[in-house]
Amino acid sequence: MLEVRQQYTFYGVLLYVASTIFVLYLSMGEPEGPVWKGLFWMIQLFVCVNAVAKSFLQEGRGRLLYFFSITGPANFILSKLLFNALLMLLMSGLSLGLFVLMLGNPMPNPGVFIFISCLGGMSLSLVFTFLAAIAARAQQSAALMAILGFPLVIPQLLLLSKISNIAFAEVIQGGLAGMIVVLVGLDIMILALSLILFPFLWKD
Amino acid sequence: MLRQNWWKIVCVILLVYTVIAGFLGDVPAKPILNETIRNLYFHVAMWFGMMILFIVSVIYAVLYLRSNKPVYDIYSLEYAKGGIVFGCLGLLTGSIWARYTWGAWWSNDPKQLGAAVALLIYFAYLVLRNSMTDLDKQARIGAVYNIFAFAMLFPTIWIIPRMVESLHPGGMGNPALDTHDIDSRMRVVFWPGAVPGWTLLGVWITTLRIRLRLLEEKRHVSESFESKKKISNA
Repeated sequence: MLEVRQQYTFYGVLLYVASTIFVLYLSMGEPEGPVWKGLFWMIQLFVCVNAVAKSFLQEGRGRLLYFFSITGPANFILSKLLFNALLMLLMSGLSLGLFVLMLGNPMPNPGVFIFISCLGGMSLSLVFTFLAAIAARAQQSAALMAILGFPLVIPQLLLLSKISNIAFAEVIQGGLAGMIVVLVGLDIMILALSLILFPFLWKD
Repeated sequence: MLRQNWWKIVCVILLVYTVIAGFLGDVPAKPILNETIRNLYFHVAMWFGMMILFIVSVIYAVLYLRSNKPVYDIYSLEYAKGGIVFGCLGLLTGSIWARYTWGAWWSNDPKQLGAAVALLIYFAYLVLRNSMTDLDKQARIGAVYNIFAFAMLFPTIWIIPRMVESLHPGGMGNPALDTHDIDSRMRVVFWPGAVPGWTLLGVWITTLRIRLRLLEEKRHVSESFESKKKISNA
């Protein structure tokens, strides 16, 4: 939708990913497994805030009015969620590649981690899309994004970093499949809630 | 609004019963826990109170979105504030207890973290409301966030802390209410006394605050009416 026309924001995020990872490499060198994992999810979090928050905050009033006139609220939020999920998928893939390139690869089974990072990127993007929709209605929305978002994503980040242990451990521990189920359930719940609640944010 | 007085009397009686029976009653003697097991009547009951107040708050948020009556928004906000107070007290009583049993006020236990994050989520609700000046917008967006926050509360305090290992009583399962943790002597105080007593106290405080808010609104309206009359007279 609009991001295709405003490509400079997209390239801005790309540059953001590349430069943060480079700075990380300069300051950390090649870290151990747990540190690597922690850094990776932190970078994902900040990339998500930067990439996804823009989707609502940078829409002008006029353009929003135009969207209101051509579609319903459900279609609008669904397309936003879908687009941001795809965007985060791309970003996770990219930052994973750069991480492996610059910070080394401490994982015994990286294939699983690709799957996990895709899942994680999508879950983060769902939460932040809906929060951006809320924050865009208030003043000083950029600061509000952080206040609203960080407590709400902590459960997801906790789950993700536990799940990532699959890729880091030689032996697979029990109970991790249950966590994946919880994470996917959480995503479905967020999706349903944003479809139900967005019409109330929509009218002005 | 509840105008009857009987439930307030019940609340006081239950709390007096909880405090007297809680401090003087017989408790099972357990190693490490010893007398701190009595904290169950205060700490665990606080979380029950918090959860019930948050549930009431989210019900009023849904009602507000369905009907757009400003009264429901005041109800929803005040119940959420009451829940936050109970959550803070729960964290405080838990941390005093942890000082004596775990040896530290705060030990980054998953259950402590989950509770703290849950409170942060609700503090963000208050910040979000204050960031908007338009009252109608404040109410609508506040209600939407309230519902969303309530849904996120479940993984934060109900699901994830149970899936990881923890020092908290009950370990992996249901915190502190297992049959081998408390016996029938404690149950007699906990279920009929502490849980409804503290919850009623929370509802009482909240209804008082709601009445205050409604009176303020009324005065506000009548004042602006008066000033308008003065202007039109002059």
